[in-house]
Amino acid sequence: MRSIDAGYLVLAAILFSIGAFGLLVRRNPLVMLMCVELMLNAVNLTFVAFGMMLGDLAGQVTVLFVLVVAAAEVVVGLGIVVAMARRRPGATADDIRVLRG
Amino acid sequence: MSLSILAQTPLLTEQIPTPVVSWPALLPLIVMALGGLLLLTFASLFGRRVGTPFFTWWTVMTGLIAFGTAVPLWAQVQGWDRRVLWWNPEQTPAGAFSTVGGAFGIDGFSVLLTMLIALAVAVCALVMAGTSERDGERHVEGPALLILSATGAMVMVGANDLIVLFLGLEVLSLAVYVLAAMNLRRVQSQEAGLKYFVLGAFSSAFFLYGIALVYGGTGSTSLVNITGFLADNLLLGSSSVLVLLGIALMVAGLAFKVAAVPFHSWSPDVYDGAPTSSVAFMASVVKIAAFAGMVRVLVVGFDTFAADWRPILQVLAVLSLVGGALVALVQTNVKRLLAYSSISHAGFILLGVEAASDTGTRAVLVYLVAYTFLVIGSFAVVSIVGRSGDGMHSLDSYRGLGRVSPALAGTFTILLLAQAGVPFTSGFYAKFYAVIAAVDAQSAWLAVVAMLSAVIAAYLYLRLVVTMWFVAPGDQTPAPGLPIPATTGVALVVCVAVTLFIGITPGPLTSVVDEAPPVVVEPPVEQVADAPGLDGLPPGLLDALGGGGAGGQDPLTVDPGGAGTPAGGAP
Repeated sequence: MRSIDAGYLVLAAILFSIGAFGLLVRRNPLVMLMCVELMLNAVNLTFVAFGMMLGDLAGQVTVLFVLVVAAAEVVVGLGIVVAMARRRPGATADDIRVLRG
Repeated sequence: MSLSILAQTPLLTEQIPTPVVSWPALLPLIVMALGGLLLLTFASLFGRRVGTPFFTWWTVMTGLIAFGTAVPLWAQVQGWDRRVLWWNPEQTPAGAFSTVGGAFGIDGFSVLLTMLIALAVAVCALVMAGTSERDGERHVEGPALLILSATGAMVMVGANDLIVLFLGLEVLSLAVYVLAAMNLRRVQSQEAGLKYFVLGAFSSAFFLYGIALVYGGTGSTSLVNITGFLADNLLLGSSSVLVLLGIALMVAGLAFKVAAVPFHSWSPDVYDGAPTSSVAFMASVVKIAAFAGMVRVLVVGFDTFAADWRPILQVLAVLSLVGGALVALVQTNVKRLLAYSSISHAGFILLGVEAASDTGTRAVLVYLVAYTFLVIGSFAVVSIVGRSGDGMHSLDSYRGLGRVSPALAGTFTILLLAQAGVPFTSGFYAKFYAVIAAVDAQSAWLAVVAMLSAVIAAYLYLRLVVTMWFVAPGDQTPAPGLPIPATTGVALVVCVAVTLFIGITPGPLTSVVDEAPPVVVEPPVEQVADAPGLDGLPPGLLDALGGGGAGGQDPLTVDPGGAGTPAGGAP
């Protein structure tokens, strides 16, 4: 395992953590969506790095699938956010609390 | 002249190995996907003229046809010696197999669950038709999303590759997020959709990261290759850390989907806010698919790591069993109460997965079959009592329901008693096999916890039953003559019939389940002649083209650098 490849893995792990942390602390629904994207793209970086290490194309092919899934996820997420914003413009995740867990 | 041009185009001489696809094996999936897309097309063209009854009829038929196309697959896997539809025992070899290059497996496990999902879609569509008729909604999105989401579930139950499993999970989830947010009149519904979406996307990302780490540790995402690799190699150092971390992250992702404590926080809110008919689907099909994925990944794929993941599942199971039952006791909203009770059910199913044995997998299957009809039936009753607007779900709405609508209260009583695990209902055998599996797997303490939590849960089901029959009607109780929509009525009859049938004669179900073990089968070896780009060329041309070149090589061992060789060897 070359050290530069391990560096990519560490970078991906850091990006993933930033995304996960951001999703938990940020309250703006759009920023939360961006955090989800960051997490998925960190995983993509992991796949590519592992693919390079293993000399295997499957890692890069997987990224294409994940990209499509991420795009679909944004479409659905934005749809829900827009439906919400029509009712209550400027709502943050803290305002959304009719239901209590 | 033209020959040399041909020879210089690497695409024509390079052989791309394409997987052999057995189309009959994918028929249930194709029927569902096409059914959903055609329904959308049809509704956008003629939607105003046809209306809800047509959408319902279409969805039920799609489910039943998908069920029908799975029957020959079952015959093939079991090796029946008579013809079933297009399966002919003399032409096709019997037994479990995998297709699409080993990415999709057809075994008893996947075929049985595919059938169960198809039936669940049909029953859920009936429940949904009842509510949309009553509320005057004529949307096609509900039925179409049911079908498309179930397509994802079917992909998940047959996935033999972690990436395919992830794709199935996303197809399933994305549709369900929309189903949860679909009631535009209730703000709770959109809130439920947003919560489900954010937490669902969060857990999907963890699941995917787990797959990436497993890929790094084992060098493949295919369960065939992973099991082979793990059987031949002893993982050391960083590889084993990667795989263990990957397994943990995948378990977390799937535990979220089945709403196991501590990954359950979304479920009461989403069940409460989402339209009740969508909840019936969420609680049944999503759990079937997620547990199928869990069994396939953990019990089949990573059974060599069983000593590592069993403790995780034990903790999840205990927390879900006890937590679900205890928190359900203090709920005053029936939808939230059923949400916590389904968390407790998830704990029982986890007992079967945790056992990591054939007995355990059988217990999972029995529980899933029984639970699917129980939970759809229960939420069907809730959707009727919720009345127009789908908002009356407090416990007070059920006071004296037995006097107002004895048929409805009687049905609900049977389903609740079955959920409590009373003998002569399917719930009894489901819990029975789960406990047996735990005892067989040397975790008797888990079985004790499960039985204690069943006692606690029984109290809460009985509380509902007592409220319905022995308390005078209050001002929130439905007025006498509460209408039961015909379609919901049919769904309820089906659910109660299955519950009682399994409860009285469990033989047929257990014999079917005994023949449905999950297996991972290697894909058939591909033929060189199947590669595209060569079919159209005359046989002698290859030799003329390139002095051997790629023509004589096995497509699987062609190295990326070999693409240029044939062009260089051309005259």
